[in-house]
Amino acid sequence: MPGLIETEFRAKRRAGRKLLVPYITGGYPGWQDAIRACAANGADAVEIGIPFSDPVMDGPVIQQASQAALEAGVTPQSVLDEVPGLDVGIPLAVMTYYNLVHHPGPERFAANLQRAGISAAILPDLPLEESDPWCAAAASHGIEAIMLAAPTAPDDRLPQVAERACGFIYSVGLLGVTGERSSLAATATDLAGRLKAITDKPVLVGVGVSNAEQAYQATRVADGVIQGASVVRRLMETGPDSVGEYVAGVRDAIDAD
Amino acid sequence: MSMNPDTLLAPPDHTGRFGDFGGRFVPETLVPACQELEAAFNEAWADSSFRAELDEVHRLYSGRPSIITECKNLSTQLGIRLFLKREDLNHTGSHKINNVIGQTLLAKRMGKKRIVADTGAGQHGVASATAAALMGLECKVYMGAVDVERQALNVFRMKLLGSEVESVHSGSRTLKDAVNEAMRHWVANVADTHFCLGSVVGPHPYPYMVRQFQSIIGDEAHAQIGDLTGAMPDVVVACVGGGSNAMGIFSGFVDEPGVRLVGVEPAGGAAIGKGVPGVVHGMRSNLMQDEYGQVEEALSISAGLDYPGVGPEHSYLSSIGRADYPSVTDDEVIAGFRLLAEAEGIIPALECAHAVAWISREAPRIQGQTVLMNLSGRGDKDVAQMMKILADADGDT
Repeated sequence: MPGLIETEFRAKRRAGRKLLVPYITGGYPGWQDAIRACAANGADAVEIGIPFSDPVMDGPVIQQASQAALEAGVTPQSVLDEVPGLDVGIPLAVMTYYNLVHHPGPERFAANLQRAGISAAILPDLPLEESDPWCAAAASHGIEAIMLAAPTAPDDRLPQVAERACGFIYSVGLLGVTGERSSLAATATDLAGRLKAITDKPVLVGVGVSNAEQAYQATRVADGVIQGASVVRRLMETGPDSVGEYVAGVRDAIDAD
Repeated sequence: MSMNPDTLLAPPDHTGRFGDFGGRFVPETLVPACQELEAAFNEAWADSSFRAELDEVHRLYSGRPSIITECKNLSTQLGIRLFLKREDLNHTGSHKINNVIGQTLLAKRMGKKRIVADTGAGQHGVASATAAALMGLECKVYMGAVDVERQALNVFRMKLLGSEVESVHSGSRTLKDAVNEAMRHWVANVADTHFCLGSVVGPHPYPYMVRQFQSIIGDEAHAQIGDLTGAMPDVVVACVGGGSNAMGIFSGFVDEPGVRLVGVEPAGGAAIGKGVPGVVHGMRSNLMQDEYGQVEEALSISAGLDYPGVGPEHSYLSSIGRADYPSVTDDEVIAGFRLLAEAEGIIPALECAHAVAWISREAPRIQGQTVLMNLSGRGDKDVAQMMKILADADGDT
């Protein structure tokens, strides 16, 4: 049975709405207000980054935010402890790296997410072949295990990723790590198109979707977008209010016909 | 895939695991590249023409086979019979050349134009830059900012050899972060770039492939020590950071049940001694981490061993009790460095001074035994650092 995110995203897609998922680094000063600002300005879900010491899929902006949070003493549990108090009325997912799951064990990590009211998790260093223990634990605690699909995947791999994915499919926009780029890579719409052709699960493009215009371009093919570095940079430079304004701008752009 | 029960040198299983250790924990983007590399390596390794080409480069360029030196003075002093496998005499000054010649030949065979490498002490970076120059490949080396400072000579060497060196300022600014940054670069440039990993770490097939490329150390040493002593050594010792020089020499003796295998870790980077299994850099292996799973910074006098993880095959050999992994302190290492220099006229790399330090400490308990140590690199790169350490120590007294 589909979980909360997949159910809501399918319903919104049926209603003609494009999906917007901003990313906020958990524990960075102002992160709770930033999440509330996202929710109030048209986000359909928020991805909360749980800071990890070695974030290999992240570029300089998110690395810097993660490192600042870690230096301030933020832990996975201190982030999760704040989640029930957010009360934003949209589903929340976490994004982190597999060692933070492996260390307590997939079962305990999934239980911790469930207790905090988290709906889904994204683990960018956990490929399909290694995902069995996590997906089983997540399923038993009602957590949607969002899987990533990469532009390098051959055609026979995409259906396997789509089959395994819960919540939505995270369609990686380019060959590279998170960060803002001057234009949307051709790979972003190519891969989203390949995925849309083989699955009816929601397909969202993330990594390298850097502004409202690029979000608009990506959502001409995909069901939605994830916005990471462009959101976190605003949080770091000008605080939670500017995150809200930015999200509202992206919302307007992807709603346009 | 079944393990051959007669040898501990079997390839890992189809998931890339040695026992419970190893695997392939990489972003989806890199999975096809790892699969392609695995297939290319297996095909090349089974191809006699590839092996002949590799052997020829080692013979005519790297300076192989490396000799074995009997340390007569130190043997008398310690009451043991000590032999050194002289990987320090290889071209570029360490065992790292064994691996990079293999990987660059493979990269060319795969049609790659560029290599990207991580480096700690700079020995792997220099070896990569050297092999890239020889093979006509472009080379980019990531090195932690802390290491760039303490290994300035190696940074200059890499540049002389035509490589680009990028200083890494994230995290602990040492080897761990250089590996992260090299992986990020690989994610972005995977189509035409080969990631030339420097140790028996990383996602499958790296731990296995690098061990195979380094097994030439153990193969030669097995024959040489037999010729010299008419028997197998009692103890084989090597320093362990990621663990490639140790896997190289262990591979010659792991199937000799009478030979004790000892991997010496730095006290400040004892992944096996103090770590628990974790997942970083594409592998499940022992890892120094805090109560939440955040990776801890290694703190060692030697940049080459400043690594909080260890190759998965070492975790496996430890888990089945086939090899031991004691650790030594920085002070013991400094004493070991001076001991080999003064007794034998050989200045070891600080990494190898860890093995000397253990041998010196353990000597009373192994009297009369034959000990084979892998001297995996020469100490030239460490002389400036030692000059400062010893001057400070003299100033204290």
